[in-house]
Amino acid sequence: MTEGEARGQRTAAPASRLGLAMFGLYVLLYGGFITLVLVRPDLVAERPFGGVNLAIACGLGLILAAVLLSVVYMVARAGR
Amino acid sequence: MLHDTSPLSVGIFTAFVAGVLWLSFRLGRKGQSAQGYYAAHGQVHWAVNGIAFAGDYLSAASFLGICGMIAFHGYDGFLYSIGFLAGWVVALFVIAEPIKALGKFTFADALDARFDSRGIKLAVAISTLVVSIFYLIPQMVGAGSLVTPLLGLPHWAGVILVGVAVTMIVVTAGMVSTTWVQFIKGSLLVLFCGVLTVLILGRGLAVNAGRSGPVDLAPQVRTVRPDGTVLVDGKPQGPDHDLRPVGTLTRLPERFGDAPSTGPLGPLAYLSALEDSTVVVWEKSTRTDAEGTHDTFTPRERPAAELLRPGGYFKGLAGKTLAGRLDFASLMLALFCGTASLPHNLIRYYTVKDAAAARKSTVVGIAAIGGFYVLTLYLGLGAMTSGALDPTDTNMAAPLLAKSFSETLFAVISAIAFTTVLGTVSGLIMAGSGAVAHDLVENVCGVRMTDHEKVRVGKLAAVALGIVAMALGILFKGFNVGFLVGWAFNIAASANLPALVMLLFWPRTTKQGIIAAVTVGMIASLGWILLSADTFEKVYGLPGSLAPMPFSQPGLVTIPLGFLVLVVVSLLTPPPVPARR
Repeated sequence: MTEGEARGQRTAAPASRLGLAMFGLYVLLYGGFITLVLVRPDLVAERPFGGVNLAIACGLGLILAAVLLSVVYMVARAGR
Repeated sequence: MLHDTSPLSVGIFTAFVAGVLWLSFRLGRKGQSAQGYYAAHGQVHWAVNGIAFAGDYLSAASFLGICGMIAFHGYDGFLYSIGFLAGWVVALFVIAEPIKALGKFTFADALDARFDSRGIKLAVAISTLVVSIFYLIPQMVGAGSLVTPLLGLPHWAGVILVGVAVTMIVVTAGMVSTTWVQFIKGSLLVLFCGVLTVLILGRGLAVNAGRSGPVDLAPQVRTVRPDGTVLVDGKPQGPDHDLRPVGTLTRLPERFGDAPSTGPLGPLAYLSALEDSTVVVWEKSTRTDAEGTHDTFTPRERPAAELLRPGGYFKGLAGKTLAGRLDFASLMLALFCGTASLPHNLIRYYTVKDAAAARKSTVVGIAAIGGFYVLTLYLGLGAMTSGALDPTDTNMAAPLLAKSFSETLFAVISAIAFTTVLGTVSGLIMAGSGAVAHDLVENVCGVRMTDHEKVRVGKLAAVALGIVAMALGILFKGFNVGFLVGWAFNIAASANLPALVMLLFWPRTTKQGIIAAVTVGMIASLGWILLSADTFEKVYGLPGSLAPMPFSQPGLVTIPLGFLVLVVVSLLTPPPVPARR
């Protein structure tokens, strides 16, 4: 095999369907939060859960969601 | 503010830095080949690599910048935490496994994997250097901020200190020592920030930060004369006459009655109690006349609830202006897209053995980084109410919060913050030196080198980058490091992400398309930043209204522009030859 042919074959393994689905889900969550802040900044000041306002709850929720999704992904892809 | 130095602080700090350098020298013998110097032989364990990801990523911007921004402006600093972590989702689900299969030493290797194009190598090497240099600036500024209260040295001395130390780390053993420095720093940072958060919750909230008497709400004025002397409220600054530390509550929620403090609180109860409290924030205004530059710090009592919602820093959100909203949306897009396009992060995928290890190390990194970003909320709010803030330096919020507990904790946190800078700067200089030696000298200029020469050129490049970093760190003194790092994310996302994503997902991508996307994305985002209102005001000292750009963060325009340019140019150029199966 020539150098050029070898180069042509160095294509990346595609990202998994599960990974792309999880990415899509997170985009919805993140995009939804940013849209909410942009469109209804007054709404995120509400405190629907009693103590903590929606802005903080969403922020902490997004961080925890990222960690959770990544762990689920690792478990689902174990051994591959 | 003037800060006392103590032998204990200096001793702990010196021990930390000496320990890191010793480790670096000890590991030096393991990284003498090009594979060892640039990629740590590709044999780093995935768990170590994951924590090293955290050590690499949790920079001065994450620690000093975000804590300072939350302490002074409230919730908006936490938006950086949210955006910084969200970017790792892109890295894990889209980039991690494919890029491991593509590259060897540098980001340019990955983008050029299907082609043999000097143009791609040149464009990507330049983009790597530009992003790395923009990312270096806030790290060096943070280093300068740290040594002033800790060692009593001027800002420039801190910058030189970190510049010399980090260049030594990189030059001795390249990626091997850089990995271990980042691992140690990442572990210590998350651990001690956890300790600090437990102490914050244990202390709870208190009126006037627990001090007796009413809160002093008199404005403070600092004047810097043309000859460099400093006045505070019209008298020379000195140990007996200085700016007062700030950051206090004036009222607790009614449910605590007349008690001066809440006592220990749980994580959610802390946030809830703060939301019902009244806090004093200090607003800065500056004017210049023949006597010098006058910074006036004016206290304003505000319901803390106003600071726990968006709009404290991103004024456009509160004012509901279109430009302000676009600026905010643009930054959040850049943070989301930027992480997976930062060359110094991407080269860490080459230090593990395979795609599975790349995936697992990313998950470990996300867990450590996510945990840390939750802590930043408490660190920032704890600093906001600690009564220890320096009104002249937002970057010092976290170390001064630690000082409000004990001198020892201050020394430890400052030393960790300093190693934070060392870890991130080593990664940046590694990425930059790889771009110069491997991409530019070897692949673009076609200089044939032995393995030993490749390492030597890389080390020379590291020294040169270290010098550039030191100069920029001194030049940008006084900027919030979190704000500065937003620029690097914008440039990385605009220049690198379109090419990387389209290379992975669109077979019609051509080398001309990649070159055009990287070049246009880099120039457009850099040009936009240089012509933005933020840069006019904070760098050139000109009115922001003179800036031609409608908002300051370019990502909303320049990231889609990169994708568009790549698609158009790829369609206008011959398709790549399909791989033979």
